[in-house]
Amino acid sequence: MPSMKKMVPLFITFISGAMLILALFVPAPPFPGLEEEFSIWFDLIAVFSFLLGGGNLLRVHLKKVARQERDWMFSLVTVLGFMLMLFLGLFKIGANDWSANYLASGTAFKWMYDAVFVPLQATIFSLLAFFVASAAFRAFRAKTREATILLIAAFIILIGRTPIGVMMTSWLPKSLEFFHIPNLSGWILSVPNMAGQRAVMIGIALGIISTSLKMILGIERSWLGGNDK
Amino acid sequence: MSNQTSFWEKISRIDRRWIFLTIAITVSVPMILGVDFAAVPSPMVEDIFHRIEQLPAGSRVLLSYDYGPSTVPENQPMADALAYHLLKRGCKVYMMAVWATGERQATVTMERVVIPSFPKAVYGDDYIDLGYKAGNTGLMNLLFTNFKRMYTTDRTGKDIESFPMMQQIESLRSFNMIFSISSGQPGLKEWVQFVGDRGKIPTSGGVTAVQATELYPYYPRQMFGLMAGLQGAAEFESMVIEKYPEYAPMRTALRKMAPQTVAHIAIIVLVVLGNIAYFTTRKRGK
Amino acid sequence: MTLMDQVALWVGAALTLMIFSFLYRDNPFYKFAEHLFVGVSAAYWMVTGFWSTLIPNGIGKVWPSLIASVNPQAAATEPNYYFIIPIILGLMMLTRLFGGIGWISRWPMALIIGFSAGTNLTRYLQSDFLAQVHATSVPLIVMANGSFMVVDSFSNFVLVFGVIAALIYFFFSIEHKGAIAGISRGGIWILMITFGAAFGYTVMARISLLIGRFEFLKTWFQSIV
Repeated sequence: MPSMKKMVPLFITFISGAMLILALFVPAPPFPGLEEEFSIWFDLIAVFSFLLGGGNLLRVHLKKVARQERDWMFSLVTVLGFMLMLFLGLFKIGANDWSANYLASGTAFKWMYDAVFVPLQATIFSLLAFFVASAAFRAFRAKTREATILLIAAFIILIGRTPIGVMMTSWLPKSLEFFHIPNLSGWILSVPNMAGQRAVMIGIALGIISTSLKMILGIERSWLGGNDK
Repeated sequence: MSNQTSFWEKISRIDRRWIFLTIAITVSVPMILGVDFAAVPSPMVEDIFHRIEQLPAGSRVLLSYDYGPSTVPENQPMADALAYHLLKRGCKVYMMAVWATGERQATVTMERVVIPSFPKAVYGDDYIDLGYKAGNTGLMNLLFTNFKRMYTTDRTGKDIESFPMMQQIESLRSFNMIFSISSGQPGLKEWVQFVGDRGKIPTSGGVTAVQATELYPYYPRQMFGLMAGLQGAAEFESMVIEKYPEYAPMRTALRKMAPQTVAHIAIIVLVVLGNIAYFTTRKRGK
Repeated sequence: MTLMDQVALWVGAALTLMIFSFLYRDNPFYKFAEHLFVGVSAAYWMVTGFWSTLIPNGIGKVWPSLIASVNPQAAATEPNYYFIIPIILGLMMLTRLFGGIGWISRWPMALIIGFSAGTNLTRYLQSDFLAQVHATSVPLIVMANGSFMVVDSFSNFVLVFGVIAALIYFFFSIEHKGAIAGISRGGIWILMITFGAAFGYTVMARISLLIGRFEFLKTWFQSIV
């Protein structure tokens, strides 16, 4: 069934992609309506990707537990945490009745979210503060002219975007107010930074436009996977 | 000289855990001391404040919670202060989330700011919590043409048509202003691309500092203001407090600016020390 | 504070400290907390997707009577069998979990890819390309009330030539020699300032998150003493 496995998906991509582009240029029926329908389909399929993610995670970790691979006890923690959270949420444990919101006060799911999910996610991300400091100390060297420019810009932003920047140079006379650190950091952000970011943005936009076009036309088909027989 | 050099050699080879400890101390000491700093608003934050001040009462404003617990210290003060300011101006506030974790953050704003500060405001009439829907940019695309096909109920599951403030809403074009408080994708960038630019709807918001620099190219034509990171949130809080002093006890970003500032200085000192150590030991190596 | 809130505070503090223990060295407490996070967060997304979207906008549309206990108002509406199409497409997506029939998931994937490509193409073209070119078309000589504005003119000059120079630096189809090399060097400097600003902002963001966690620990500590 090579056509089912390859041609049909390429056809679906072409139709849906082309339809959305046409909807922009031809804002007349049936295109706007089709765009709305495709959006709904997209949103509902997106939910299944959450289910797919959960299923995949369970498969990987259960395999590790079954084979008693290295650190399998921790995989068991993942599986148990997953099952518990899923059970509490899907069955709305602690809610008055089925019509209550799954995150309503008093539900076990909300308690788990606040007591377990929130501190874990927040702390894992906050670890980066330590690593960014250590990396800055070890790797941030003014070895070349370019690196020095980068370093100076970073310092001005670090000082200028805090209250101390205001205090440091507030004594400057009006004629030199451009060099007042908050003004200088504001200028760096809204002029050279904006120029650099805009160039990057234009570059990325051109890349996305050409890749999207290649996908719609079926030239870029790596998403089908290696085994596309 | 050799003593001095060996000192720098030691510095360059210092165990990274000492750096971790330095950061921990510089953040915790000012926090324990409870030092409070003021924040001078930047033009991008002033623009947001003034645009809200100019909104006629009854304007419909969408506030999208596009972040989760990981960036609450930066994003929550923005969302809270915006919700407060909008309700204070008599706007109708529609809270929603494109992020699954954003749903809970909207209820935090309700519990912390909306319910205690606006006891007379009526749910469903003055403000509403629509909750989260899946689909990312697909959701934005759909809401742009038809808002109620996805949002058939509010967060608590009540029929959307039962709320007076939803009667005037057909699509995202029905809103006078859109704010996204975001920490990644989809977030403010996508709101500008998929909604603001497309429907010429005034769009703005606040983002984490990591995201901030890449959004500058949209200002001021495509995005009328921006709160960038904790400093942006603190600046907006200070403007709100100046006009509405009763918001002062609810400020959270301003309270964090002292540890933030000291940590910035610590990092600059660390980079300078790292460079001195590098160049001193390299010279010796030659 | 209720007893459950108190327990939540203690559990949260314990998990926070477990994650922080990684800063000393990798250890079983950290691994436990990390693995717990992976499981709990995957389930959170599943539950959220299920209750917020799949039930009201999918199942509830096709079989309203099935969700009568969840949403009595919706149960009174007429079934809309049309929604069975995206639900089937979604179910096809799940075939990825089963090796042999995994190729079936390519159909819904194709729709996702086509939709994303179609919308991205138009949105990036308008917002990140055309609008950016337009916004960079600014006067190099700025006059206000008949007088020449030095700072504004200089800023516009840096903006216009900064964008052009950085784009030339990215453009590898021409050899970077002579004047082109000079302009591209200017582009590198502009990009260095951009990266410096991004680094400064990144540090700022990470520190803010850490302050948040320390504030949480402070709250927990205050609840003890």
